[in-house]
Amino acid sequence: MPMDVEKEIAALKERFDTLPGAENKLSMIVFSGDLDKQLAAMIIATGAAAMGMKAVLFYTFWGTAALRDPGKKVGGKDILSKMFGLMLPKGRNKIKLSQMHMAGMGTAMIRSLMKKKNVASLDQLYDIAGQLGVQINVCEMSMDLMGFKREEMIPYPNLNYCGVATFLADARESAVQLFL
Amino acid sequence: MPDFVKTLDFKGLPCPMPVVRISQEIGKIAVGDVVEVLVTDPGALADFPAWAKTTGQAVLETKQEPGLIKIYVKRQK
Repeated sequence: MPMDVEKEIAALKERFDTLPGAENKLSMIVFSGDLDKQLAAMIIATGAAAMGMKAVLFYTFWGTAALRDPGKKVGGKDILSKMFGLMLPKGRNKIKLSQMHMAGMGTAMIRSLMKKKNVASLDQLYDIAGQLGVQINVCEMSMDLMGFKREEMIPYPNLNYCGVATFLADARESAVQLFL
Repeated sequence: MPDFVKTLDFKGLPCPMPVVRISQEIGKIAVGDVVEVLVTDPGALADFPAWAKTTGQAVLETKQEPGLIKIYVKRQK
């Protein structure tokens, strides 16, 4: 029985390339809006990019507040959204530690320690992540729930808006998947 | 100590900057060339070999001096 070997190989290759985890890629859910966890997310993402991996971060729930641009103001929100917007941190420089915040003392101490020890700030990490091509995907539903609008988000070179299916499609083909 | 074409000074930079910086700099030398990397972050001793293994580059040698680590990285591709 003659076999079309080339065809077989092509079919196998196609199957192999679409196996779960086949891509040298990191998919991370950034759920937390805490300073420490945001730092960890950015360090892992920039590290992955340095390792030659694609890095895709899916920002959802509290995480989305870190993407707000404090310099932007948008109108046209209903009263609940306005209130929520006031209660949630306006951007990555307003977020708090998950522990030892101590009415602002702990967070201020960490920020000054980071400076002293030359640890990259969130500002610097977002900047590097942008340069290295780290992709940020934002959950539309979370944004809508929190009352955030696209117009109030930071300028970031690789920013997309999407939903859970995009995350799952990314995560399925990623060699590394994380939740923070 | 291997021959190297230039020295990269990453002293005082903590994680993740040494690997981020080497990943940005490695493409600037020719394939086959070696760079000397100066770091003070002890984590780099484990991280540079891990980075090299994943990216297909090579760490030829690491030297520890008081308060300074020298890593010799060869661009393989």
